[in-house]
Amino acid sequence: MIYPPHVEYFLKIVFSETILRMCPHLLLWPCENPFRCRSLPAQRKIYMRSPPIPEMATQEVQLNETLAHLKTESETLKSKLEEERAKLHDVELHQVAEKVEGLGQFVMKTRRTLKGHGNKVLCMDWCKDKRRIVSSSQDGKVIVWDAFTTNKEHAVTMPCTWVMACAYAPSGCAVACGGLDNKCSVYPLSLDKNENLAAKKKSVAMHTNYLSACSFTNSDMQILTSSGDGTCALWDVESGQLLQSFHGHAADVLCLDLAPSETGNTFVSGGCDKKANVWDMRSGQCIQSFETHESDINSVRYYPSGDAFASGSDDATCRLYDLRADREVAIYSKESIIFGVSSVDFSLSGRLLFGGYNDYTINVWDVLKGTRVSILFGHENRVSTLRVSPDGTAFCTGSWDHTLRIWA
Amino acid sequence: MARDMSDKEILKMELEQLKKEVNTPRTPVSANCADTITFVEGMLPNDPLIKGVPDDKNPYKGDKGGCIIT
Repeated sequence: MIYPPHVEYFLKIVFSETILRMCPHLLLWPCENPFRCRSLPAQRKIYMRSPPIPEMATQEVQLNETLAHLKTESETLKSKLEEERAKLHDVELHQVAEKVEGLGQFVMKTRRTLKGHGNKVLCMDWCKDKRRIVSSSQDGKVIVWDAFTTNKEHAVTMPCTWVMACAYAPSGCAVACGGLDNKCSVYPLSLDKNENLAAKKKSVAMHTNYLSACSFTNSDMQILTSSGDGTCALWDVESGQLLQSFHGHAADVLCLDLAPSETGNTFVSGGCDKKANVWDMRSGQCIQSFETHESDINSVRYYPSGDAFASGSDDATCRLYDLRADREVAIYSKESIIFGVSSVDFSLSGRLLFGGYNDYTINVWDVLKGTRVSILFGHENRVSTLRVSPDGTAFCTGSWDHTLRIWA
Repeated sequence: MARDMSDKEILKMELEQLKKEVNTPRTPVSANCADTITFVEGMLPNDPLIKGVPDDKNPYKGDKGGCIIT
């Protein structure tokens, strides 16, 4: 967000979505390149941070000196880090992939349209049985669907609007969701149609700002959450106790993804500070950090092998980061794509990267060659969420046009 | 949390993190990319979205299935 929410809403209604994406300087004084203005982050920082408390004149001078000192130290370390990383940057991924066979033409169409939400769909998740889907929307409804038949199996109304996060438990017996209520609640799903699901709700996580993403770990017993307060946290579902908290982001954390189970106890998170951090779940330490995006990171997803991850951002690019090489190895972008990416996911083999964009389309990228393979149309508003099914046979997208679509 | 921290505290946090990161072990990109490519080539034949699934086995290609009314 560049402006406070009410200002953004006003600008969008009076002007248009395009104006929102342009440089705020355009509205104040002339700017060279409104779409890629580098001073954008500075503007956002002013809004995000609360104003400094006025101090005595001498104290302020001292404070500025320490700040400047810290900044220079930070800059030196950053350049040293870049040097170390650059030493190992001997080749590009698409160069190594030149010998790989190209992909043929793809025919992917909408196979099912799930209608039923009354407002923007914000998040969705697949169940491990590869058939059920849970989705949440702005109107506070969380619905569990059967993807094969498009039947709705359960529906819960949350007490808050903007349910930005939802997740299916690995056992398939519960769903977790949360949003503007700053909490993550777990609802056990029962087969009894008459049972009131809302009565069995269990509040697990408590943050000081909105919940942006949540995910069960390998069992139904633990949940990982990320929030607008800049932290991620690991909670025990039974007791609601905080097991570990992760501090390191300088702004809202927008997304997270757990490493595939074979590779260990780590997860990656992306935030409004343009950073993607990889964390160790047991110690709470940030192991690696990547800052090459030019805007908020809306979505992160681990590669199927667990050695890399992709991120999608408001700067209209998706990037692939290799964890062993500790650097970005590929950028998926085109001059013609100017709208931000809201969500990314890989196909089963990791050869395809699907990105849901704010210009209502889905772009399919060849991960190894770095080229776009296909562009899919169908949604009538921005694509807000995208997930590939656990067995890789299809992927589902949710959009602000109130529907979900299954593509295969 | 991050919203309540002053600029100085955030810088300190970033600085500590950077100090840790400068010393992480790294391997060359060429080796890792080669690994990634081998992984993908291995998994490619089993990827339903690339190789396609025969219509009779694909649950999405047929009719919706519908409900049975008794």
